[in-house]
Amino acid sequence: MDTLFNFLYASIIASTPLLFGTVGEILSEKVGNMNLGVEGMMWLGAFAGFYAAYKTESFLISLLASFGLAAVGALIYAFLTVTLKANQNVTGLTLTTFGIGLSLVFGKAMITAAGGAPKTSDVFNAKVAAINIPVLSDIPYIGKIIFGLNPYVYIAVAIAIILYVYLMKTKTGLNLRAIGENPAAADASGINVNLMKYINIIIGGGICGIGGAYMSLVMVNGSWQDSGVVNGYGWIAVALVIFSSWNPAKAILGSLIFGMFSSLRYYVPSDIIVIPTAFYQMLPFVVTTIVLIVTSIKKNKENTQPAACGINYFREER
Amino acid sequence: MTNTTYAIELKNICKNFGSVAANKNVSLNVKYGEILALLGENGSGKTTLMNMLSGIYHPDSGEIWIDGKHTVINSPKDSFKLKIGMIHQHFKLVDVFTAAENIIMGTEGFVGSSKKAAEKIKEIADGFGFSIDPNKKVYDMSVGEKQTVEIIKVLYRGARILILDEPTAVLTPQETEKLFKVLDNMRKDGCAIIIITHKLNEVMAISDRVTVLRKGETVATVDTKTTDIRKLTELMVGRPVELKIDRPETERSAEPMFFVKDLCVRNEEDVFALKNVSFELYGGEILGVAGVAGSGQRELCETIAGLMQAESGEITYKGENILHKSPAEIIDLGISMSFIPEDRLGMGLVASMDIADNMLLKSYKKSKGLVINRKPSRELAEKLVKRLEIVTPSIKTPVSRLSGGNVQKVLIGREIESNPNILITAYPVRGLDINSSFTIYNLLNEQKAKGVAVLYIGEDLDVILELCDRVMVLCHGEVMGIVDPRKVTKEDIGLMMLGNKLEKEGGAENE
Amino acid sequence: MSNGSKVSTGREPLIRIVKREYNNKLIPGLIRAGALILSIIAGGLFIWAMGFNPFEAYKSIIRGALVGSARDPMSSIRSTIDIFVPLCVTALGLSCAFKMKFWNIGGEGQIIMGGVFATFFALNYPQIPRPLMLLIMLIAGAVGGALMALIPALFKVKFGTNETLFTLMLNYIAIYIVKYLIAGPWQRTPGFASIGKLDKNTYLYEINRQNIGWIAVIIVVLFVYFYLYKTKSGYEVSVVGESQATARYAGMNIRKIIIKTMLISGAICGIVGMIKVSSNHTLTEGIGGGVGFAAITVAWLSQLNPFIIPIVSAIISILQKGSTVMQMNMGISSYAADVLQGIILFCFLGSEFFVRYSLVFNLRIKEAK
Repeated sequence: MDTLFNFLYASIIASTPLLFGTVGEILSEKVGNMNLGVEGMMWLGAFAGFYAAYKTESFLISLLASFGLAAVGALIYAFLTVTLKANQNVTGLTLTTFGIGLSLVFGKAMITAAGGAPKTSDVFNAKVAAINIPVLSDIPYIGKIIFGLNPYVYIAVAIAIILYVYLMKTKTGLNLRAIGENPAAADASGINVNLMKYINIIIGGGICGIGGAYMSLVMVNGSWQDSGVVNGYGWIAVALVIFSSWNPAKAILGSLIFGMFSSLRYYVPSDIIVIPTAFYQMLPFVVTTIVLIVTSIKKNKENTQPAACGINYFREER
Repeated sequence: MTNTTYAIELKNICKNFGSVAANKNVSLNVKYGEILALLGENGSGKTTLMNMLSGIYHPDSGEIWIDGKHTVINSPKDSFKLKIGMIHQHFKLVDVFTAAENIIMGTEGFVGSSKKAAEKIKEIADGFGFSIDPNKKVYDMSVGEKQTVEIIKVLYRGARILILDEPTAVLTPQETEKLFKVLDNMRKDGCAIIIITHKLNEVMAISDRVTVLRKGETVATVDTKTTDIRKLTELMVGRPVELKIDRPETERSAEPMFFVKDLCVRNEEDVFALKNVSFELYGGEILGVAGVAGSGQRELCETIAGLMQAESGEITYKGENILHKSPAEIIDLGISMSFIPEDRLGMGLVASMDIADNMLLKSYKKSKGLVINRKPSRELAEKLVKRLEIVTPSIKTPVSRLSGGNVQKVLIGREIESNPNILITAYPVRGLDINSSFTIYNLLNEQKAKGVAVLYIGEDLDVILELCDRVMVLCHGEVMGIVDPRKVTKEDIGLMMLGNKLEKEGGAENE
Repeated sequence: MSNGSKVSTGREPLIRIVKREYNNKLIPGLIRAGALILSIIAGGLFIWAMGFNPFEAYKSIIRGALVGSARDPMSSIRSTIDIFVPLCVTALGLSCAFKMKFWNIGGEGQIIMGGVFATFFALNYPQIPRPLMLLIMLIAGAVGGALMALIPALFKVKFGTNETLFTLMLNYIAIYIVKYLIAGPWQRTPGFASIGKLDKNTYLYEINRQNIGWIAVIIVVLFVYFYLYKTKSGYEVSVVGESQATARYAGMNIRKIIIKTMLISGAICGIVGMIKVSSNHTLTEGIGGGVGFAAITVAWLSQLNPFIIPIVSAIISILQKGSTVMQMNMGISSYAADVLQGIILFCFLGSEFFVRYSLVFNLRIKEAK
């Protein structure tokens, strides 16, 4: 029983960056922009969040910094794809290259300045540690899972729920879904297509960035290494968007399942079941591929990729 | 000077696309309580002009005056604020949304009160005599229903100035009549209405005044009462024209060229698009196919051309069932079939390739070996450009840069060059000006005279009735009847398009 | 009006966008040259902002990529070529798929699988004589890459599965397959995740200490050019890429074309894997090294032109090789190469807009009178 709940706890911890990345990308794809720069934006967020935490010890500033730098990355993407109508795939991939490069160049400079791998202070580490609410956190089993998590987890879930309500229940959400489905129709209805695209791509990018900060601050215990911080999680997030059928609420479940895959290997009794580590690491990618195939087999008009996703819109194009 | 304030006044509007002048010094005006017909051929700049009122385009120069005030319209939102609403020819609706969602999207407010919206939608619908189900998804709607949603959408935004772009192109005569009644109600209600059309009888039926555009310029504005179809045609085309389409009497083959029997086809959504369709097609005739858009015309063409799999039935050519044969196998049987699809640049041609490379599409397989030989296609391209007077800088110009009429000439020219026995044409004159249309009619008649069996899918009933030797009417994938166009009226066909089966066999079938 | 609502009429827009039409190639050339200059300036600003002298940095990059040590003047060029060959060949391979608008993001995975297949023979049959061994490895590499590309192609034609994400996932799956192999069945020394050094029989021949991988560039450039522009199949690829409806209309077997083209695309990438194994003399999980991704941008920047691809690849290779030298000389992270590459691409991505459209500034004061 303990093992099971420990496994669940570890899965939640592992799923959180994916949830940030996934809902961020959903927001972008809902306005018709497939942004393959999630990995890059998470890297940017990872660096900025870390650097701010390292320098200021403030959780809030770190949070804003990770959101902010990734949002700047998303802004570059938005400017190129929305205003200058550049190819979305190539722009997104470039953003990934650029984001990884920039974070590591900055990171290297930070390491040089610190004379070794910089670490966040204990003061800050305490701020991002698991919270502890008297009584509630001590409830057997579920106490820790519900009331004993680090603050990012609550922020991630809150963002996912807020975005769900925003997208599915408000008129603004209706408007932005219209843009992703048929930008010409949205435009003709009086919706400011470009503005809405900018806003949502940038916010989406910022959210991805928080996921990156989570990876540099929580998952690797607040120490900046020269590489290997985000590790392809951004790409899994892109795939999780499909798994969640573009629904932020389902993304909570989706990322949890993927969190389970990535923490599974520590909880499978290795003396009974012997599976090479590489296969556990491969699992999320294999499952994503299977999901991709299954969703493509059962063709569905709704709960699928927005019809105009990936296609740039230019009002005067004839 | 009268002291009437015009609802809309356009003064010397100019708009260029690249080096093409779409509008040149266009001026027009509309009063409240009036219907203005904006008449002009395809490509005369009507839609471009109206898109400047709806905020899609912005004029290069000239002034827009609304309610007597000089205004600038930068976006559809500005346009709605000025109480202008445009119903586009190609509906701008989100397929996966309901009618109500399509109507309320883009309106003010953060949280949409769907209850209040539904009430308002119902109120508008009742007021003008529409019927609408607010919760129906657009992808489940017929063309007529979609148009209703579009109209309610602009009324919901409080539009008092309505612009309708070719609203009747997709409607049956009966639906058109209904629409005109609604428009009449709106006129009485004090709305200003502009209706874009190139159908003269509709202009005469509904409008108070007519503004005629030709090649992007205003030619004249006249009171409908003081004019007639002949005068309007002359204004529209620029010279007196005989708008009679030729129907040469030719010898049709004794035996049908081919039979279609009990053809059933499922479309991509797995719904029956054709149900038990049977007819025969003779050499030396043009068989017209009429029907509301989406009645199975596309599926019929593609199935005959071997591009779509049929569920059951027979297509017999000279005693051979070609139903489950691929295009290559059909060719091997010595059948030369040519198909002019409705989507010329998206299906019949490769938009980014030049004329010569587009010729290859039909012939590249014939050259031997791995390597492609571009010489014959270049020669063919040169020949067609000369023979059909295709206007193009050179045969190296991508076809996407050509005008609609020239694109169609490239496509039809290529197909006719392959000496077909059967020629299937889907909406071959859509979007073409009168001159180009007549070129196409003549080409089709030439083929008919050569003994080719021609299937003509059309949307303009007047054209179908004048050009074709027999007319088959489709509704929801079923044949409503095959009639002799000399013996029926447009209204008869309209009723059949709406699903009324022909009681007794029509004229042409009486041998 | 009676309702009294005040209509807020917007101002005239300051700038309007107009589609360009030209008959010469001068303006696009100038715009792209401008983009290059802009990216050099922007990259310089970036280096300057990091506290380094941009001129020194650029000099360091160029010298680092092209000028070797006094004892071995060709050493730098050799390592630049070692970066150039895989990048260029992969970009050529991907361009076949891109021409068909098939978003093969899986170059990385196809390289890796090519490497794995080639390694299989290198490890298990070291007794085969060198020429035959290299030939077998070459074929194995091509087959490995082709099979890896075949999977997404099959699902694409059967179910319409999104190939962008599918190929992307396969990259990671391929990496973990290598991880498994080198830590499992192919492990040389227990405790070390490595297959060790391969037998000499499997090494690529060298001319003047430069392995002959560059021959692949020449052959593949010519092959891709011939295939895409001179053969019937190439014509089919173009038509499918432009419009599947048209291809169907012309009676083309779209499924066959997609599969065939992806096999070719994957095989070319797979050959890169073989070259890498055969010149690195081992197989590691880092065999792809991001080449599959960089090649996408190279192919795109070159507008899929097989003769431009080598030029763009050369520029990127110089940047990457030079950056490692710059890291040693100046202490800037070699990842600066990624940043500079990103800046160049952003500039070119943006410049395409100005190739297609021009801006018209609103100068209509005179008209109002």
